[in-house]
Amino acid sequence: MLRIVLSRTLPRISGISNCQYSAAAIPVPSAQPEVHYNKLFINNEWQDAVSKRSFPTINPATGEVICQVAEADKADVDKAVKAAREAFRFGSPWRRMDASDRGLLLSRLADAIERDTAYLAELETLDNGKPYAVSYSVDVPMVVKCLRYYAGWADKWEGKTIPIDGDFFCYTRHEPIGVCGQIIPWNFPLLMQAWKLGPALATGNTVVMKVAEQTPLTALYVASLIKEVGFPPGVVNILPGMGPSAGSAIASHMDVDKVAFTGSTEVGHLIQQASGSSNLKKVTLELGGKSPNIIMSDANMAEAVEQSHFALFFNQGQCCCAGSRTYVQDTIYDEFMERSVERAKSRVVGDPFNLKTEQGPQVDEEQFKKILGYISSGKREGAKLMCGGGVAADRGYFIQPTIFGDVQDGMTIAREEIFGPVMQILKFKTLEEVVERANDTKYGLAAAVFTKDIDKAHYISSGLRAGTVWINCYDVFGAQAPFGGYKYSGNGRELGEYGLDNYTEVKTVTIKVPQKNS
Amino acid sequence: MPMPVPDLEVQYTKIFIDNEWHESCSGRKMPVHNPATGDLLCEVEEADTEDVDKAVQSARAAFQLGSPWRCMDASDRGLLLNRLADLVERDRLRLATLEALDSGKIFLMAYFVDLMATVKTLRYYGGWADKIQGKTIPVDGEYFTYTRHEPIGVCGQIIPWNFPVMMFAWKIAPALCCGNTVIIKPAEQTPLTALHMACLIKEAGFPPGVVNVLPGYGPTAGSAIAHHMDIDKIAFTGSTAVGKLIQKAAGDSNLKRVTLELGGKNPNIVFADCDLEYAVEQAHSGLFFNQGQCCLAGSRVFVEDSIYEEFVCRSAEKARNKVLGNPLVPGVDQGPQIDQKQFDKILELIESGKKEGATLECGGGPWDRNSLFIQPTVFSNVTDDMRIAKEEIFGPVQQIMRFRSVNEVIQRANATHYGLAAGVFTNDIDKALTVSSALQAGMVWVNCYNAMSTQCPFGGFKMSGNGRELGEYALQEYTEVKAVTIKISQKNS
Repeated sequence: MLRIVLSRTLPRISGISNCQYSAAAIPVPSAQPEVHYNKLFINNEWQDAVSKRSFPTINPATGEVICQVAEADKADVDKAVKAAREAFRFGSPWRRMDASDRGLLLSRLADAIERDTAYLAELETLDNGKPYAVSYSVDVPMVVKCLRYYAGWADKWEGKTIPIDGDFFCYTRHEPIGVCGQIIPWNFPLLMQAWKLGPALATGNTVVMKVAEQTPLTALYVASLIKEVGFPPGVVNILPGMGPSAGSAIASHMDVDKVAFTGSTEVGHLIQQASGSSNLKKVTLELGGKSPNIIMSDANMAEAVEQSHFALFFNQGQCCCAGSRTYVQDTIYDEFMERSVERAKSRVVGDPFNLKTEQGPQVDEEQFKKILGYISSGKREGAKLMCGGGVAADRGYFIQPTIFGDVQDGMTIAREEIFGPVMQILKFKTLEEVVERANDTKYGLAAAVFTKDIDKAHYISSGLRAGTVWINCYDVFGAQAPFGGYKYSGNGRELGEYGLDNYTEVKTVTIKVPQKNS
Repeated sequence: MPMPVPDLEVQYTKIFIDNEWHESCSGRKMPVHNPATGDLLCEVEEADTEDVDKAVQSARAAFQLGSPWRCMDASDRGLLLNRLADLVERDRLRLATLEALDSGKIFLMAYFVDLMATVKTLRYYGGWADKIQGKTIPVDGEYFTYTRHEPIGVCGQIIPWNFPVMMFAWKIAPALCCGNTVIIKPAEQTPLTALHMACLIKEAGFPPGVVNVLPGYGPTAGSAIAHHMDIDKIAFTGSTAVGKLIQKAAGDSNLKRVTLELGGKNPNIVFADCDLEYAVEQAHSGLFFNQGQCCLAGSRVFVEDSIYEEFVCRSAEKARNKVLGNPLVPGVDQGPQIDQKQFDKILELIESGKKEGATLECGGGPWDRNSLFIQPTVFSNVTDDMRIAKEEIFGPVQQIMRFRSVNEVIQRANATHYGLAAGVFTNDIDKALTVSSALQAGMVWVNCYNAMSTQCPFGGFKMSGNGRELGEYALQEYTEVKAVTIKISQKNS
């Protein structure tokens, strides 16, 4: 869907590159959007942290501080949870609201975001480093679509009446769970916020959301829109802060009914433990991946090369579902490698506000160093460096698009999630072999196969232990289609109708009747 | 308080095909009257068989595989419906004024009830568009099987005059949401809001041919639609008599799918343990709403013996206090009946009530000379065999009957060919659940009446129709399920 969004937003361009945008279709951005909101958002009010502390948020293209942002800690989480609990009280405006009106509020929020597309895209690019052309034509439109999708579900999430044995009338109510803690990452700040708020609010929950310390700004602006369009106070509370303090406070809070976390598998373990140690709050997790992208010899070569490039390098390689193990069938390996290297070398790395840029900086110094560390390990462990391999600029956190060939399954770069512009290309012979190797990982988020053969496509997609399998495409997302991981990549599904399950408590009501009739 | 648009000029009077305005092939036009005054509002092009053919061609082309409409993202279909809702909101005053002038309904009712329901229905189905999901199915054998929920195709829709714009939305919204194309014939008495909607449909951005609006008469344009060999489905709301013709026409032509929303003679059962004043008020509005011109009208009020006299007395009082007059003026409760034919039919049934021995509590005749207004009328001591107890009156005439026991009233309530709606007033949980389970009606209201909402399915048992409108259930009526089974080399769970 990313690709479709691009091709429909922009005039048709010959050649299949996803990342060459016609400058005429996207407005020229301001590289210095004003920051209007940098405090905590609790009960529809802007507040300083109880501790009065703040932290800097950095522009990763330059390494410079954008501004200070109030830093939430446990005391602020307590305040937010109180507000969310009050807003969820039986009889409150939010609980009494028509479901269709919850939907209308989500729709209005989508409209307001759409209205402010250009500004939000500027702010997102400033704080995260992703190219403005992508923020504008992919991230923000997908946010709008996600919110509109869930707006539509609000009054359609139906319980059942059930023919049980005995003289009883039995039905289920699909109730909201209650106060939901939501902890979101920095790689798609706006979009992750929408993926979390959409289903939670459609089903009638209230929310305490901690946004990533690297990228708090766009979420706080959206908070102002949440108030503008009319959500009652306390329904959504947004706290910028650190994981070990604010995030941990949410995960262990005794009065938070559910926590949804998107981020690293390492922190996912902590969240699950925190739930077990506190009040057994419901947990859903969207974690890391090391997704296999399998290219069969009968694939359309040009498409496969381009899609595989996109699958890895999109968003500076910072995607949980990045196709970071590209398995190429031996008979086409050389040609695939040559074309992939050529494509990687032509990738335009630079100022994210320049409309021609395809790749911006990594999000911060920590990630930057970590990725360079992985590149070193690749070289050390004997993978063949085909292009890139180092820093791309003097300031900011830019890394060259990098490809390793002759990668073996046991190498660190083949097993661990790099989260950067580093592509691993591996060789395979047979179908059965590649399915087994592809599944040989603790992760299971996504996978893809490129082939013309209907039978192979089906065999592989059935055999791969991954929550999303793409066939002859990659990174196709739609608000309508569920997304989530097998194994260590997480539990639960986001998006689609399935996304509603995680925000619902089912209550069965059984009433004695004098005489049951069918 | 919203006010009607003064000196409203009718803008759209032609036939709408392919996003263009057409004159009728025959050259004929239909007069459109204001039932409150008898004035001619305007003339509208009259569609007949040839116009229907043109519209079908257009709708069929818009439905072709590969067409913009067929290739559109489902979420974009939803977006178009939402845009249409936005435009209806923008033009709400105008539409409500037009509706009141054309149908005689109270302007404030049109504004607050009809138009609100129209907007909500469009938004509701806007939300369903990209949530219509097929399934993947674990069949036996080495197969991968899934279902596609496809649109049916070209849908003919015939709507009545009692809630013109709301019926228009109830019909097009689910049809378009599922990806169909539509030919809709509004009632000859009330084409004007439908034609304004056509203009908004074009403005919203629906591709040409997706919606075609053909004002015309039942026996000509309506019949042409029902018999057409290239219309895949017909949805009709109107009288049971015409519903039978539609069903026959479908069988006679191409076996097009048929859904029908027909008449009712709906029982409203009031037990002694109810809140009496509230029940009187609900029963009153349950009958007299929209000048009694509702398929849902609670036209047989069964009242438990011990509260019967009091109930009748209070009901008559309420009826006497109704204010009749110009529907555009605030403070008026009841407007005219839609036309002379309805007016005559209602008076005839009132006379039959008197002749067959019911007690006339109030009203019983026309309100004044040379108009279509009828006095709010209440009959008591009505017995089940009287015509006013059996036939749908569709006017401001309330029948109140006496009952003694639960089983008796259930049996009497069900003793009708109709089965659209029913009401039950009681505080007793057992009675409420028992009676609502036992009644043969598509909608049962407990301690309320006419409580409708877009999310909730609506439709009839028995001769009140078949199929359901509104809610998720309506989607089934506009969907063809295709099962696709692919041979694979090895099936795994």
